[in-house]
Amino acid sequence: MAGTAAGGSRRSRLAPYLLVAPGILWLLVFFVAPIITLAQTSVAVPDGPWWNGFQRALGNYGTHFFRSFRYALGATLIALALGYPLAYVIAFRAGKFKNLLLGLVVLPFFTTFLVRTFAWKTILNDGGPAVWLLQQVHLLGAGGRLLDTTVAVVGGLTYNFLPFMILPIYVSLEKIDRRLVEAAEDLYSTPIGAFRKVVLPLSLPGVFAGSLLTFIPAAGDFINAQLLGSPNQQMIGTVIQNQFLEVRDYPLAASLSFVLMAIITIGVLAYARVLGTEELA
Amino acid sequence: MRRLGRWFLEGVAGLVLAYLFLPIFVIVLYSFNKPAGKFNFVWKAFSFDAWRDPFHYEALVDAMKLSLRVAALSTAVATVFGTLIALALTRYRFRGSGAVNLLLVLPLTTPEVVLGSSLLSLFLDLNARTGFATIVIAHIMFSVSYVALTVRARIRGFDWTLEEAAMDLGATPFRVFWKVTLPIIAPGIAAAAMLAFALSLDDFIITLFNAGNRITYPLYVYGARRAAFPPQINVLATAILLLSLLALGATVLWQQRTLRQRGMAITPLA
Repeated sequence: MAGTAAGGSRRSRLAPYLLVAPGILWLLVFFVAPIITLAQTSVAVPDGPWWNGFQRALGNYGTHFFRSFRYALGATLIALALGYPLAYVIAFRAGKFKNLLLGLVVLPFFTTFLVRTFAWKTILNDGGPAVWLLQQVHLLGAGGRLLDTTVAVVGGLTYNFLPFMILPIYVSLEKIDRRLVEAAEDLYSTPIGAFRKVVLPLSLPGVFAGSLLTFIPAAGDFINAQLLGSPNQQMIGTVIQNQFLEVRDYPLAASLSFVLMAIITIGVLAYARVLGTEELA
Repeated sequence: MRRLGRWFLEGVAGLVLAYLFLPIFVIVLYSFNKPAGKFNFVWKAFSFDAWRDPFHYEALVDAMKLSLRVAALSTAVATVFGTLIALALTRYRFRGSGAVNLLLVLPLTTPEVVLGSSLLSLFLDLNARTGFATIVIAHIMFSVSYVALTVRARIRGFDWTLEEAAMDLGATPFRVFWKVTLPIIAPGIAAAAMLAFALSLDDFIITLFNAGNRITYPLYVYGARRAAFPPQINVLATAILLLSLLALGATVLWQQRTLRQRGMAITPLA
């Protein structure tokens, strides 16, 4: 896009900064500054050493952190397994129905997140349709439950963040030059070979973005665990919310939140290195 | 063999779509339920009662009104801010554009619970009371990134020489923006604004931290799990879905028309 800015006058050199100023200032004041305040709050321990909050966060809630990341990883892998085939079919097989199908993927998410999760509660309820069905095929015993289990929580997380997996993968598949696939087939590659050697590598940026956009919100979510799980499935988000809004132990609450952010940031950077891509969103 | 693989793939895709729609089906179905008790979680009998009297619960209506006001206000501001950033990023090469990009992506890679709790830390630190204003502030914050990235993605392929042509023909910069630039980028802006509106209407976690004693629609639904969960919640959820469907259909048609007029081939949803 170089050279489109008219000339090199002072006004046009200032123009981009004036354009970004309001939005960027907003983000600096209400996104960056809060993170700094969060860090300050986490070490503002009234009595005791500054690391007291962090010590308690990691010492007492390690299991919650571990569980949150385990659930989020499970949800991300399932979402990838479900989302990739759908994205692939939309990108390569849908023809003129492409936009319709994309609309259908997005549409469910125009109903409120909480109402959707309550609907899952109805579906998975004891005596509900899902339990009945699984009992008929003997996958679930007579007194078996779905609600208040890990399966329900991971299933809910998968559901709620699935479009964040599908859309980036679709975008990267859509960009692939069809002639490359044809060339591979002309050179006697099997369809599976062409997929493995051509399509899959070129769609990795989408897989990368999609898995981050699924994993991150899933790791911080607490609604699915609260509505579909029992206290044994509580995730770190519930603890943070509880400490901030009910207990009001701010150094501990801020430490928990800060640790969550730090782990995710480090994880994202490591993941970006492994996959060797910086493309996101 | 090949055909079998194809059928399998399309079968999986179909099942995933069905999975996406299963709870939506339940939401719509249960808006016609006549629950036995206060909680609309078990099917009892078909009835139009809730649809006939959707505004029966005053607190629910108030919550919905608050959500709509917050969404309208935050969408208006975030759409302006985000569009300006997108224009700067696509039109100019400037020092610091990398930092701007990073600052746009970071809120998307930060869990909502961190965004919400850190913002609350700031408000506590400033002794600011949380309420309507802080909800709107928070919603603008998370919407700006979405708007900027959406608009940028839509206007990337645009031929900016049209603007130069208009200027060569003697149009003032203001007139160029109004008559040339805006009509071209308008569909992208509309899509971004819709996204921001939907995100605001739906947001629960960040709002929970910064709402004070105000109750938005998602917060009402959250509270309803304790006291009573009437089918009217489902009626409003279904109504939002129908309105979104209309808006989505209208923008897709509008975009396709605009793109056809300009001879551009871009997929409307990406």
